[in-house]
Amino acid sequence: MPSYVNPEKCDGCKALDKTACQYICPNDLMVLDKEKMKAYNRDVSMCWECYNCVKICPTQAIEIRGYADFVPLGASATPLRSTDSILWTVKFRNGTIKRFKFPIRTTEEGKAVPDGGFETQGGLDSPDLFTEPASSGLPAIFTLKRQEGGITNA
Amino acid sequence: MPNFETVTVETDLLILGGGMAACGAAVEAAYWAKQHGLKVTLVDKAAVDRSGAVAMGLSAINQYVGLKDGANTVKDYVDYVRNDLMGVTREDLVANIARHVDSSVHLFEKWGLPIWKDDKGSYVHEGRWQLMINGESYKVVVAEAAKNALLQSGVGEIFERVFIVGPIMDGERCAGAVGFSVRENKFYVFKAKATLVAMGGAVHVFKPRSSGEGMGRAWYPPWNSGSSAYFTIRAGAEMTCQEVRFIPVRFKDAYGPVGAWFLLFKSRATNSEGGDYMVERRPELEKWGPYGRVKPVPANLRNYLGMLDTMDGKGPIHMRTEEAIKKIADTYKDDPKAYKKKMKELESEAWEDFLDMTISQAILWASTNLQPEDKSSEIAAAEPYFIGSHSGASGAWVSGPADLQTKETSQDYFWGYANMSTVKGLFCAGDASGASSHKFSSGSHAEGRIAAKSAVKFIVENNALPAVDSAAVDNLKAEILQPLETYEQNKNTTTDPEINPNYIKPRMFMFRLQKIMDEYAGGITSQFKTNGPSLTKALELLAWLREDSQKLAAADLHELMRCWENTHRMWQAEAHVRTMLFREETRWPGYYFRADKPALDEEKWHVFANCRFDPQKDTWEMRTRPIMHVFPQPKEHELLGG
Repeated sequence: MPSYVNPEKCDGCKALDKTACQYICPNDLMVLDKEKMKAYNRDVSMCWECYNCVKICPTQAIEIRGYADFVPLGASATPLRSTDSILWTVKFRNGTIKRFKFPIRTTEEGKAVPDGGFETQGGLDSPDLFTEPASSGLPAIFTLKRQEGGITNA
Repeated sequence: MPNFETVTVETDLLILGGGMAACGAAVEAAYWAKQHGLKVTLVDKAAVDRSGAVAMGLSAINQYVGLKDGANTVKDYVDYVRNDLMGVTREDLVANIARHVDSSVHLFEKWGLPIWKDDKGSYVHEGRWQLMINGESYKVVVAEAAKNALLQSGVGEIFERVFIVGPIMDGERCAGAVGFSVRENKFYVFKAKATLVAMGGAVHVFKPRSSGEGMGRAWYPPWNSGSSAYFTIRAGAEMTCQEVRFIPVRFKDAYGPVGAWFLLFKSRATNSEGGDYMVERRPELEKWGPYGRVKPVPANLRNYLGMLDTMDGKGPIHMRTEEAIKKIADTYKDDPKAYKKKMKELESEAWEDFLDMTISQAILWASTNLQPEDKSSEIAAAEPYFIGSHSGASGAWVSGPADLQTKETSQDYFWGYANMSTVKGLFCAGDASGASSHKFSSGSHAEGRIAAKSAVKFIVENNALPAVDSAAVDNLKAEILQPLETYEQNKNTTTDPEINPNYIKPRMFMFRLQKIMDEYAGGITSQFKTNGPSLTKALELLAWLREDSQKLAAADLHELMRCWENTHRMWQAEAHVRTMLFREETRWPGYYFRADKPALDEEKWHVFANCRFDPQKDTWEMRTRPIMHVFPQPKEHELLGG
């Protein structure tokens, strides 16, 4: 089934202008049944199990059931994603539980600064890209001429 | 049929796609566009935060050259890529990416991507070029910088959920793109001075192993449907390496990554008799010219040795996770405390590898009660994919940069603007550009930046909006929306909309394509083998499929997108079949095997095999292009050293 929606928990994102799962699904699979006000996955055989709908759902109504054509029933992997880390609970078919916590970013959400604090030196005709050569960590960007001139490690 | 409003957007630089290459293009273009007073428009068929191949996340960055620490040189990377691709690579393109990729990685770190560091503060390597990351939000972070760059500078705008179908042309020059919203009845016309294609590679051209729910669990994501290839082919661009598909060998069925197991944990893979094909089949490598002797062994040859075991009935092949973990644990056997700590660390690393990028594999292990320290896990070759950014090479033939050419290479490899295709004003990056493999996520980002800066330079020097014939656009609109019309006109002639003699739904159309490719063009059920007559048969069947693409039917906007995605796949398929037919040798035996031309022919086929579709004449032309070296040609002992 890949992603499926628990009708008890899904409120159709009533408070939002569009449903979160519909907004995020990279394959345009999540849709809202407007009569029931519940979301569903319209084509489970095109689901990559990327978990983006699971992670974004504000009511935690979406879960994944492994692909039925090769995954034995009874296991699950459930994420709880915060602003700086993700907590995973992996449940085995035999009941074993494993928990893992991993960092997901080191900066505040929304605050990625495009130039990363690096200055750009060259112009449109230079081989240097935006933020270079500073962002490369080298005094100059490699070119064949510079290689011949002796900067072998560039 | 409902009335579709036509929305016309005029811009300077049009970036098509929203993945790593497109995000790199956006961040770069914003800076140069601001300086030159230009407008940048990015169009993504999904939401940029989670679109493209990195939508789920990644557990490693596969291209980091380490120039600043003197770990490797640009030439080292070029040598590695050329060897892995059996000698077929554009050194100028690979070198250009290699000299800029570290900069992209350093930017990712500033933007907030957690990259593993050791006690001394150096990056933790998975392999020579690979860095370990906590990459659940890799794409979110990279997308955020791209969006901030475009929107905060005031130069850019972003359209999400707009599916790009194809190019619009002003004679020989690309004039932009057309597509439709998958959310509302709107047809979009983007008119641009330069267009940068970064819409990914192609999945589901070949039949996957799973044909039920698990069909969606391709190794590369199912939303990468050949849109880059279609766009560039239909614009009349010369294409390269269309035969160089990629087949990843991964944990079977869920396709979890094996890199950490092979590279970090030094695991072996063994067959049902306990034999190690990398050892037992080693003499086979001698058949593959100088490439059989390089280190590391090229990916396709590693694949091939394992495939030989499978074809000999020695499957299943298992990754010996339990053996690898025991070996590592043994080094701590005298220190129980350190041992316990190390095992905990290894367990976490192994599971994060899956949870960051292939969560299905974690579910598969959990559902089979598999603990890697106790039991080995099966690996297998996936179906073929088109992914010029990874270990395949398919894409458009693009110009290299001016300053990485020799006098000789500049004849064939340089025509004014880096990463411009042979079509004026049409730039390519990531999976869209060919013969520059092993750029992965980071190199695709760097290449997006290269292409965007180059495209801005093109615009500054060719600053006139191309003319677009409105009658031609009206025709395109009618053609693109036709599947909705076809459905409406015919749906009531049967009692079930899924079966109708007057149309074909996109899902069955895809199955038909996959069956042709699987059986005649070297898919899984033909053990990746094909030959001249099979390929000719594939072309015959593809011609009928192309005719029937006129009868695709869509009940809604989602299906309309599926119709066009599958048309895109079909064109990628045709370019692939024609090029395999043209190249009369077997060069990448672990990707496909021409059984009627079973050997490497270095004398005749150490060349690029290129193709071009002529949109006016509706014909294909095949040609070779020379392979030339930008760096001094390596001697045999250098090949051995990699």
